[in-house]
Parts: sequence; structure tokens; C-alpha cells
Amino acid sequence: MKIKDVSIIGYGAYVPIFRIRDSEIARVWGRDPKRVPVNEKSVPGYDEDSLTMAVEATLNALKRSNISPDIIGAILVGSESPPYAVKPSATVIAEVLGVSRIVAVDMEFACRAGTTAMQNVIGMVGSDMIEAGIAIGTDTAQGRPGDELEYTAAAGAASYIISKSGNDDIARFEGSFSYVTDTPDFWRREGERFPCHGYRFTGEPAYFHHIYSAAKGLMDELGLKPQDFAHVVFHQPNVKFPIRIAKQLGFNKEQLKYGLLSGYIGNTYAAASLIGLANVLDNAKVGDRILVVSFGSGAGSDAFSIIVEDGILSKRDLAPKVFDYISRKKYIDYSIYSKFRRNIVM
Amino acid sequence: MRRVYVCGIGATPIGEHWELSLRDLMVLAAKKALEDSTLTKRDIEAVYIGNMSSGILQGQEHLGSLFATWFGIPGVSAQKCEAACASGGVAFHQAFLAVASGMYDVVVAMGVEKMSDGNTYDVTSALIMADDQEYVAFTGSSFVGLNALIYRRYMEKFNVKHEDIAMFAVHDHKYAVNNPLAQYRKAVTLETVLNSPIVADPLRLFECAPIGDGAAVVILCSEEVAKKYKSDRLVEVIASSVATDILSLHNRKDIVTLNATKLAMNKALKMSKLDLKDIDIVELHDAFTILGVIHLEDMGFAEKGKGWMLVKDGEIEKDGKIPTNLMGGLKARGHPVGATGIYEVIDVVTQLRGEGGRNQVDDAEIGLAQNVGGVGGTVTINLFRRL
Amino acid sequence: MNTFINSVPRSWRERKYKYRLIGGICKKCNATFYPYRGSCPYCGSDDIEEVNLPKKGRLISYTIIYSPPSEFRLKQPYIVGLIELEDGTRIIAQITDVDVNEVKDGIEVEAVFRRYREQGADGIIEYGIKFRPISD
Repeated sequence: MKIKDVSIIGYGAYVPIFRIRDSEIARVWGRDPKRVPVNEKSVPGYDEDSLTMAVEATLNALKRSNISPDIIGAILVGSESPPYAVKPSATVIAEVLGVSRIVAVDMEFACRAGTTAMQNVIGMVGSDMIEAGIAIGTDTAQGRPGDELEYTAAAGAASYIISKSGNDDIARFEGSFSYVTDTPDFWRREGERFPCHGYRFTGEPAYFHHIYSAAKGLMDELGLKPQDFAHVVFHQPNVKFPIRIAKQLGFNKEQLKYGLLSGYIGNTYAAASLIGLANVLDNAKVGDRILVVSFGSGAGSDAFSIIVEDGILSKRDLAPKVFDYISRKKYIDYSIYSKFRRNIVM
Repeated sequence: MRRVYVCGIGATPIGEHWELSLRDLMVLAAKKALEDSTLTKRDIEAVYIGNMSSGILQGQEHLGSLFATWFGIPGVSAQKCEAACASGGVAFHQAFLAVASGMYDVVVAMGVEKMSDGNTYDVTSALIMADDQEYVAFTGSSFVGLNALIYRRYMEKFNVKHEDIAMFAVHDHKYAVNNPLAQYRKAVTLETVLNSPIVADPLRLFECAPIGDGAAVVILCSEEVAKKYKSDRLVEVIASSVATDILSLHNRKDIVTLNATKLAMNKALKMSKLDLKDIDIVELHDAFTILGVIHLEDMGFAEKGKGWMLVKDGEIEKDGKIPTNLMGGLKARGHPVGATGIYEVIDVVTQLRGEGGRNQVDDAEIGLAQNVGGVGGTVTINLFRRL
Repeated sequence: MNTFINSVPRSWRERKYKYRLIGGICKKCNATFYPYRGSCPYCGSDDIEEVNLPKKGRLISYTIIYSPPSEFRLKQPYIVGLIELEDGTRIIAQITDVDVNEVKDGIEVEAVFRRYREQGADGIIEYGIKFRPISD
């Protein structure tokens, strides 16, 4: 998919302040505390959900954009953990910003919904339907107590303000590519509280196959090679998978340096690749090319090639950076975690 | 305006009355007051019932007709008056106006609250309705919490220690021992108060008025009716005032002063043509220890920030400069919210009649009852004189 | 569980003031207050304009709720504070993201958008502004 004259003019991330160490979860379930997928993961506070996190990320993005909310034409929220099964989060966010004459809708595609929201806003801006739009990836992922996912299912949000390319852009979209198949590696049935997954099936046929196909597809279409990218960001359900797919595609560790955050905050689902991108933008140089590839179960990947523009220099410091959020943290134990996640059933 | 007299008082003890309903409490208190007055049911022309939460806690409104029916006096003018914890005080004020205006000769001022049927969480929900539902109750603050905000601010602003304020609870319990109507007839130590569980930091459980049931009735009459009575049992209402303040603390410039107390006090003194120093005894609305201290200041008995010294120096004791809460106050006599304003009047009248027993203050002639709704959103002051 | 009737419109009609911290400014006496209302609580003037209040302020007083109303059951303990915003306007709100042992009078706080209460497990979620300590 070619993209012409569409840029990121604002971005913002949010990670809740609470963390639980994987070793603490391992203590409860009798697992070796050293053999855990991440060091620690973020936990939403009792009064947080995917909507409240999206609000903070979006307010950060607006601070960096230097625009009035009045020019926003769309708010698309990608999440697999909306506070309501039926009733959009997007309208609440619109109300917080004080805008009504807009397109506002929630989207769901497991961990991929945030980047799909981004693709949609790019399309609306590129086709002149709207002047600017907001794409959000946000999740407070739920792992069933005792399940493998409990060690990684985390919370975070990232929000991007996308507009026609201008003078003050943070980054410009160069192209995008999507790849989907019917691969049920992870799902949650209607009315069920916790998702189910296909264990080892989530690896090769799901995560690796789709990310590989989307990344390859994009690079072929744009005629780019791994060494053309300064940074890569992959969906990050743990630390191992992104490192392995990077290697498979021919990227080195240096390229992954800023985009891989799961070791610090766990898997933030629909926000994961977008928070990774935010951290890259917090650190990148003007002219750097970035590859972002998401993965959503069920299954599909969206790949983007993005080039950093000089607007980043004046805008970067206008809102808290990803590591501002990562480094302010409060550790909680498994009982407080259970209270916050409403896992104590009466 | 005509002169108005208290010719009968009656109340149920305050407590957890498992066997008694809201209507039972009203009927019992009214019977006692009628007996005390020697009037008959047929003499009653109007009834004003102070009640805050019968709707939410009992599923019952329309208390005027309910009482008239169950007491067997259908036909009288009867209605509920609501101003949160000052409901009793405003019911009394309405009853006073009804007689003073010349409209009626015999009027019942009642207060009733049946609280113990609800669990503490639901009662806490009911009580915070005294403040703004959408901008204060919405935050999850309890009513105790709002007073805790005042408490912390007061301690910080005037550099006062917690124990110097908590003393008020010890004072109340000491006098409740001798009050047959009191909910807690047991003395407590300062240590017990300070070691009780925290309800809303810094407020401890023993600094907060308890949840209880009760009904209290005062019968007011005109001079014409009063002439039939022996004068040593008659008490005149020499002033009755109500004032309001901005409802919520965050819209007030000073949260350690209840402006409505000052306003109501000025009105009452003006109406009675008395000076502050003429007042012999005080019943004040200490739903929380900190409020007792603040009321002493706002009524003018102490400088701002120094009300606690009156307590510490023994000046609010029976033989002090300004004997206060001599029947146990809200903390120990009890605080069935909508009834409290009437219990306070009964406590003052009991003293002025010289019927205070072991708590009796010598030669008490002028008494004051202060009733507060919300965090001072409504304050009533009533002044009484022994004849 | 609510002790009083659930109502969507009761909460809905306040959404603007609750989500965006919109207060009133009196054109006669210059006072500001939260939330907006049509008449000045200080001078009674009806000449009031809406004003976007500052999102930062200072904690003037606070309490820790250990015995909450029913609607907040199982959320205890939590902190409720009286906040003075940068322009002097005051507001009562929850203080979030801070341990009950760490909260102190005078700390600088900033507005965040959070959940307050729910109208039962199947009812609407009421959102609003809370404040959290500003990290150094």
C-alpha cells in the first residue's frame, strides 16, 4: 500500500504506574522465578481501563501536535479490552477533547487493532476525507490467573495524530502492508472473561508467519532492505519472539534497541508496537527510517515504513516520554494485583 | 409575633431499637411529650417532622400523614422538614413560626430517624447525600471524610494536636453516663478515643457520632395555652434562627469556619436582645470532635483556632464558664440525624427546668441549641429562657 | 451497588464539566468556581462564563476513606483531597496513583481522567477527573 503525503504530527504514550514482578506471580503458582517471560509487567490501577489510558495518551499526543482539537476528523480506538462490550470508548475520548463533528469508532483485532486504526486514519487523511485524525492502541490485557499469559498481559496506550504532510511533521509514512489468514491462535468468546490460546501454536504459524510475511511484503513493495532501517519495532508478547523474528528477517540487535520494551512493561497488546514506536520517536534522529510490524491473533500483521522528520526536534519534549512512564513505578504484590484486576470474586 | 413556649418534651432513648419501627418511634415520643405537657391529642393543630433519610433508609416518605394516621390524629396539618442533619432544627423553626405567627396554638416539633436497619455502607451513602451528589458524593468521599478534610486543615492551620481535639469525645461520654436517653452511657478515656479504628483519616471511630435510632418531640404553645401551666416547668423560646452557607467545602474560602453558625447566631442574639455572655448553657452539634471545637469558636465563645482550649481548661464542664453538651452531645447521647435537633432542644429544656439530675447546672436560665446540616450548609440556633 | 436509583441522564448531563474541568467565572465579582453554574455562589450575579480551569494544583487537605459509601465498597482505602488549582479555584476529588502512606499536604498534583463509580455491574461507568502527584 502506497501512502502519499501523510504524516504523524503528534504522538503520546501512557503506561500505568503499577508493576508486578513476574517472580511474584511465579511465587504464587510455584514456578521457577527465573524462568519467566519478562521481568515485570505494568498493571492498571483500580480506577484505570483501556479508555482512561487512551485519554492520557491522546492528551500527550495533542500536546506534541500543536493543533486545536477542532481540526480532528476521526478518532479510531483499537483495543481488545474495552470497558464496555457494547458502547464505544471513542465517543468518550471525543467528549474529553470537546469535539463532536467527527468519525469515532472502536476497532477490535486482538493486538493488531491499534495499527489497523492507524491504517484507517492514514486512508481517511490521504483521501482528503479529513484534515487530521487520531489512531489509538490501548489495552488492559487480562491473563487468566495461573495461565502463561498472566506473566505478560499488561497495560498501556499510545495515540497518534495523523495529518497531511506539512512543515512541522514528526514523521512521514512511506508505505504500509498487511497480511492476514484465518489462524485461531488466541481468542475470547462472547461473554467470556478471559481469553484462550493455542499454546505453542501461537508461535510459528501465527506470530512468526504473519510478521514475516507483512515485513517482507512491505520491503519488497518499497524496494527496501533490512539495512535501510535505523529502527525496527515488532509486536512484543514477550522478549524472545521479537528478537527471534528480527534475526529471521535480517535485523540486528542495535535496530531493536528502542523498539523492544516488553522486558520492562510486558505485553501491552494493541498498544505494544505503538508504544515501541513512540519510544523510537523519543530517541530517533531526523531522517531515520523505522519499520513497525504489529501482530494480532486470528490473525494478521500490519507493517509500516516511517521516516523521521525534523518536527521531532521541537515537539519531542512537549509531553512525557515513554521512559518517563516506564521509570516511574510502584511495585505491587499479587494480592493488590488481584484486587486491581478485580480477580477477587465474592 | 406572639410569644412561644415549650410545654412538653418527650423522646425515646437513642439506640439500636430492633423491635421498633420508624412509626413506632414517632408515636412513642409523641405520647411521652403529650404526657409531659398534660395536653391531649385533640389539642394538636400542626406537626412538623424533621427527618433526613426515611426515603433511602426505610423506603418511606410522606411522614406527616403517616404519623397523623398512626398516632390517631388525622386531619391535622402535618409535614416532613428536611435539611440533612439539621432537619430537626428546621422542623422546630417551622413549628415556632406556626405558633408565633398566630396561626396555631399547639404545635408538635418532632425529629425522627431510623438508621440501624441499614448496613454501615448504605447508611454512609445516605449521609453523604447531605452534600452535592454529582460533585462531592461522586468522588467517594463519605460525610466523615468531609469533616476529616476540615480536621486536617484545622490542625495544620492552627498547629493543634489531635489529642486536644479528640478530648471533646471524652467530655461527651462523661456526661452521657447520667442521661437516660443517651446511646452510650459509659465514660471513655482519651487513650480509647485515640486508639479506636480510623474511619476517615484523621477521624477515629470514637470521634464520630454513632448510628442510632430515635424520635424526639417538643410541644410548642402560645401564651394563652401556657397560662394553664405551672411557670417553673415552662420554658420560653426567645429566638429561633436558620442560616445557610455554600453547600460544599471546595466552594468556600475558609473551611475551618462555618459561616452559617455565625449568621444564625447573630440573628438569634438580635432577636432575643441578648449578649453572648447571657447564655448559661449550650448544646452544640458535635457530630465529630473537630466540629465541637469549631462551633465554640464560630458561636463566639473562643477565638478562631482556640476553641479546643475551652475543652482542655475545663470551661465547658458543668461548673465551667460555658457549660456545653451536658447530656452527652452527639457523640454519646447519640445522633439519629433528623431527630438530633429536637434532642438538643430537649436537653436544653431539661436543664432549664432543673431536671438535669447529676448533670444539672446551677441556676441555668438561658440555654442555646445549635443544629447543623451537612458540613454547615444549614445551621439553626434556638434560644430558650426559664420562666 | 447504588443505594439510590441508577440513572444514565443524571450522570450524562454533567459529562462536560466532569470530563473537562470546566468551571465558572463571575463577570461581576471575578470569582471562579467549580463546577460551572449559572449564578455566582458568592455575589449572586447571573453573569457567568464558562472557563477551562488549570489542570495543576496543590493539595490543601486530604482524608483517607476506610469506611466508604456502598458505591465505593471494595475500593477502600482511597484518598479524597481538597485541591487548590493554580488559579485559586478549589475542587474536591480523589487523589490517585499514590499510596495512602505517602500522601502529604501541600503536594503538587495534576489532573487525570479516571473511573469513579459504576451504576452496578451491568450499569454505566461514571468517569471524571482525579488528581495524581506530579512526579519530579
